[in-house]
Amino acid sequence: MPDSDMEQVIESAALKSDRFRLEREADWIRLEGIVAKMEKGKTRQLSDDDVLALPTLYRTLLSSLSIARESSLDAGLIDYLEGLALRSYFMVYGTQTSFGRWLRDFFGGGWSQAIREIKLDIWIALFVMIAGTVIGYVLVAGDSDWYYALVPGNFADVRVPGATEAALRGTLFGAEEQDGLGVFAAYLFSNNAQVAILAFALGFAFGIPSILLLIHNMALLGAMLWVFAQRGLTVDFVGWLSIHGTTELFAILLAGAAGIHVGRSIAFPGAKSHLTAASDAGKRAALVMAGVVIMLICAGLLEGFARQLIDNTGLRYLVGGAMLTFWLVYFFVFGRNRQETAP
Amino acid sequence: MNRTQTNPWIRRSTNPKLDRVMVSPEGIPLNVMVATAGARAGALTLDIIIILGLILGVTLLGLLVLWAFESAFGAGVSLEKSGPLNVVAVFWIIAVFLFRNAYFLYFELGERAATWGKRAVGIRVAARDGGRLTAEAVIARNIIRDIELFLPLVFITSGEAEGTMTDFTAWAGFLWVLMFLLFPLFNKDRLRCGDLIAGTWVIQNVKRNLGGVVAPSTEAIANPAIGRATSRYEFSDADLSVYGEYELQTLESVLRTGTDEALKTVTNSICNKIGWEPGSGDERIFLEAYYTALRAKLESGMRFGKRRKDKYSADI
Repeated sequence: MPDSDMEQVIESAALKSDRFRLEREADWIRLEGIVAKMEKGKTRQLSDDDVLALPTLYRTLLSSLSIARESSLDAGLIDYLEGLALRSYFMVYGTQTSFGRWLRDFFGGGWSQAIREIKLDIWIALFVMIAGTVIGYVLVAGDSDWYYALVPGNFADVRVPGATEAALRGTLFGAEEQDGLGVFAAYLFSNNAQVAILAFALGFAFGIPSILLLIHNMALLGAMLWVFAQRGLTVDFVGWLSIHGTTELFAILLAGAAGIHVGRSIAFPGAKSHLTAASDAGKRAALVMAGVVIMLICAGLLEGFARQLIDNTGLRYLVGGAMLTFWLVYFFVFGRNRQETAP
Repeated sequence: MNRTQTNPWIRRSTNPKLDRVMVSPEGIPLNVMVATAGARAGALTLDIIIILGLILGVTLLGLLVLWAFESAFGAGVSLEKSGPLNVVAVFWIIAVFLFRNAYFLYFELGERAATWGKRAVGIRVAARDGGRLTAEAVIARNIIRDIELFLPLVFITSGEAEGTMTDFTAWAGFLWVLMFLLFPLFNKDRLRCGDLIAGTWVIQNVKRNLGGVVAPSTEAIANPAIGRATSRYEFSDADLSVYGEYELQTLESVLRTGTDEALKTVTNSICNKIGWEPGSGDERIFLEAYYTALRAKLESGMRFGKRRKDKYSADI
């Protein structure tokens, strides 16, 4: 429609509110076109003009909506504006960080910072894990029947109380089938990651199930430790464990701590409302958990490959210790200054 | 003072229990509608079917690759000891892990913040406080999904398959699934445990087309000399004071979508009300004229801050 005709239509509209609408219609329809394209994931097809115009068009629309609500009784028009305002709001305030940028932030300090923020919960989880190990050890030392209650059947093949030193040594240093290492690593990762996710998710119930899960898993470890200690293989066993365990147990520690953090925030929200406290803690813990999955990938690779390929206790300690140092430095030293300078 | 009077623009939807207001960062309150539990369940069912389909697809693909290897190198190559089986197995384990955990993450981090299932039923995830939907929030809400859904399912099926499950654990597991699955029914915002942790909610998508101007005052266009809209019908103030906004908007929807039959019925009832003799064959013109006059009166009242909700409220 030529401009002069359009003007005439606007002029001739009987109602002020219809004139208001006819004057602005073109902008709304342009915005709707842009939003529809973005919703289909075709943001790249938008012209530069459209991209630049989006925020302005959005604000104009919001002001049109406010005016229409107070001055127009055209229900169809107001419904349309309400709908379009919401749709364009989601485009303007959508998830705008690209995956790449999020990942850079995450590794460049976001992850470390989230971990430093739940330090108290990490201490609690560490205490619980140590206590679990001690409980497992003491229980089995007192009555070796406890071993069968704590350790599931598939672990207790040769590794049982009273096994000979040679048999136990065989489980630590035996050259296992090397063909299937990749499969083994992938399986371990997938399995451990689900356990870690479980440890976190259970935190929802005030953190208590997380704590129980940590105690149970560590009691298993303590029980096995006793079996090996009986045959004087403590040092070798810890070496066998530490090559991947420093990474894996650290990851499980963090997952449990994240669960405890969420549970604690729900139970004791402090000055915030329960819902706000829960969602703040949840977002912080989610960052930690994303990192836990990454650590478990490392642990799965170490356990699947390195542990089977390195058959020497000294080297195993070296790899395990190096991994532990790396994680500690990365979490608690790296990015400290950034946090302090940030507002 | 009730809510409708303080906020007259709050939408009257089919289920007012699910209507909420979310304040945008600009300070404009936006009407949103929380997704119904039925829509959520439908979306979830679709997503589970899609995930199972993807897993099945990858499994078939893996088998196909193995079969291709076997037929390419003959039966002489034993698959158990050779590379292809390992590669396929690693790929399969990782793919299943990703489908289970990353499917929801990937789609909810996209522009539409909705998985395929959610898109199909027209709902999306949003931040409860009206801010941005962050990656952390999406991760948090989906990690919890594991205990809500997958874990109990795996627990029950594996327990039954091994035959080790006692009645008690089976029932405990079942109650657990039920408790988390039905959690959204026990709070007014239909929040899942994951939504609670992440500070998100799931709301209805809205998509409405802009309808035409209801009464485009055709006569005035045909006769521009008059300068302002006039019509064959002139209504006195008394004629227009019988109705309020609710009746006006009912009339609007009749004019937008009604049949001739409906137009006739409405014409008759309006004429009865204002004591006119209903004519015949001219219903649309009459109703448009009445609509325009009534809306002009009510809108001029609005400009002075006076509103009339419906015919039972006091005249402005």
